[in-house]
Amino acid sequence: MANSLRNALMAAVLTAVIVTPVFGLQLVRQGARTLMEPRWDLVALACAAVFAFQLLRPWLARPFAGLKLPTLPAAPTGGRRWVPALLIAAAVVWPFFGGRSEVDIATLVLIYVMLGLGLNIVVGFAGLLDLGFVGFYAVGAYTYALLYHWAGWGFWEALPLSGAMAALFGFVLGFPVLRLRGDYLAIVTLGFGEIIRLLLINLNWATGGPDGISGIPKPSVFGFEMARRASTEGGTTFHDLMGWTFNTQHMVVYLYLMALALALVTLFVSNRLIRMPVGRAWEALREDEIACRSLGLNPTRIKLSAFTLGAMFAGFGGAFFAARQGLVNPESFTFIESALILAIVVLGGMGSQMGVILAAILLTVLPEVAREFAEYRMLLFGLVMVLMMMWRPQGLLPMKRPHVELGPGGQAREGESAPAGAVP
Amino acid sequence: MSDILPQLLQQLFNGLSLGAIYALIAIGYTMVYGIIGMINFAHGEIYMIGAYVGLVTLTAIGTQSGLPLPLVVAAMLVVAVAVTGVYGYTVERVAYRPVRGSPRLVALISAIGMSIFLQNWVALGQGARDMAVPNLISGAVQLHLGTDFDVTVPYSRLMIILVTVALMVALTFYIRYSRLGRASRACSQDMQMAGLLGIDTNKVVSFTFVLGAMLAAVGGVLIAITIGKLNPFIGFIAGIKAFTAAVLGGIGSIPGAMLGGVLLGLAETFAAAYLSSQYKDIVAFLLLVLILLFRPTGLLGKPEVEKV
Repeated sequence: MANSLRNALMAAVLTAVIVTPVFGLQLVRQGARTLMEPRWDLVALACAAVFAFQLLRPWLARPFAGLKLPTLPAAPTGGRRWVPALLIAAAVVWPFFGGRSEVDIATLVLIYVMLGLGLNIVVGFAGLLDLGFVGFYAVGAYTYALLYHWAGWGFWEALPLSGAMAALFGFVLGFPVLRLRGDYLAIVTLGFGEIIRLLLINLNWATGGPDGISGIPKPSVFGFEMARRASTEGGTTFHDLMGWTFNTQHMVVYLYLMALALALVTLFVSNRLIRMPVGRAWEALREDEIACRSLGLNPTRIKLSAFTLGAMFAGFGGAFFAARQGLVNPESFTFIESALILAIVVLGGMGSQMGVILAAILLTVLPEVAREFAEYRMLLFGLVMVLMMMWRPQGLLPMKRPHVELGPGGQAREGESAPAGAVP
Repeated sequence: MSDILPQLLQQLFNGLSLGAIYALIAIGYTMVYGIIGMINFAHGEIYMIGAYVGLVTLTAIGTQSGLPLPLVVAAMLVVAVAVTGVYGYTVERVAYRPVRGSPRLVALISAIGMSIFLQNWVALGQGARDMAVPNLISGAVQLHLGTDFDVTVPYSRLMIILVTVALMVALTFYIRYSRLGRASRACSQDMQMAGLLGIDTNKVVSFTFVLGAMLAAVGGVLIAITIGKLNPFIGFIAGIKAFTAAVLGGIGSIPGAMLGGVLLGLAETFAAAYLSSQYKDIVAFLLLVLILLFRPTGLLGKPEVEKV
């Protein structure tokens, strides 16, 4: 008890030292002068909270010790094929009845689902920590923006090229660095991401510098524009073709459906990839590189394939993002964006596609719902990353792999469980 | 007579003072890496917090207090060092110790989370906008070399170099001769063995974090006085660059971090002066990529043997 009291007191003193210069003595600018505003109430509150928490921790730990965090219900097999089909049908139908802002947020969620699934290939499947993923997203977005700006290309012509360009960047940048060990790779990819952003800012003549490129057109529907008036003389707009009156809601729903299609394609492709030999090789490499090398796998080639494919999906996402926003500038492609996408993958459970989708929904919808806490968003975001690594490094819905385990009677029993090293 | 030589001298001086700051931060990265093999991504934020604590102290004293200037600067440094020491200790206890022994990436992601947390922690408390730091040390030495171009040596930058050199010498002696210094060298060679021989390894790890944080705080306070402004996001880019410096010198090696910091500062200053100031950040990142590609062990580092 005395020991626990001393620890709690110690923690309270440390808290006071930590909180005082940041919250206790707040600097306020008044014209050219800087004044100080003491807020001892905040310091006292923080100290009291930490003191109480530390003192009560042994008691708090007891009821929670037996608590098991929920796990993903067994993956739908055989008879439950209709579940995903039903979900997709619901996702297709609801925007026609949903409100404008909800559909808009859902589109944003789908962009992050796409990016999360792309990064999941790199981080989750192949175990390569890529902190510069946003760089490839930027390459995709700027490819479309520049092709439109300089050559007048439309979205559908530019989309494949955006993906290809991002993949090419992934390939060229990945080639030399994939020999590096995990954490070095993370820092180098971070450097690449920053270099791409700095180049976009500084290459004024081509990219428009910090202002970026604006007026990027929205995608057309099979060659028919979705606008109030056709931009070319004598062109037919979509609502004319269909005989509808013009409504901006159509564009919102159309963008949503397109994002849904792109996200589903990403999900489908990555779902198939992981069952292919190359996907197996990614996972094997993640678990034990030395063993893979001694079995004759070429680690550089396998890693490069994951890196390139991940970059390609980021490129598709970027092109769609540029079309949706109508403008691109380097501000949208900062490290924080990379960290957000990484957090989606980590929070969901590295390698788990359902987890990534769930996390993308959580991390996009929650800040929209809790707008009054917008200031705390990034703070909580950092905190959640730390806490997840402490308590549940395998993520919310960890990846499951079919396996066979011996039951109590010695007979084999099929089941699903998280692999031993779900975290690279 | 041409101005090339004095201009070169000027850049050399600017680069040295910038490099000194990088070196101060880089030591924290390299010591932590040397002992527990993790990249302390939140280290740049500690540097930023050091700068803020210095400014808070200065505001608390007031610019018109009448105290002698060296005393004011010393007070800023002492308070900043003390507070960031506590930050370093706490960050390690809260965010890193629970994940020690997990795969490398778990610790790295935890550190990234901590970095984002600390940035926004300060942004929430002290505001996200730029803060002006009063100009404490004005004036400069003008060196006339008999040409049209005079080399300007501001006192504040001179102070950076002098303080850094003094700290480096003190650190070198401390690591070499003190009990904790010896223990930390033992831990960086073999943590498990050091533990078996009766060294409290947890204490050594804490000590490493505290010492690294303190040195970064000195860098933060000095740069805040010199540059005259700060915001909660200065730590990110400074941290990455200091990490580059640590890798350049050979991560895990303290003299390497000093050397790497100075070299990076010089490279960046010369790139800004003779290429284009817009590209100085790109030069630093490019340097990082190139070193990792061609000499991942750095200039003074030892190669790491991969064991099964």
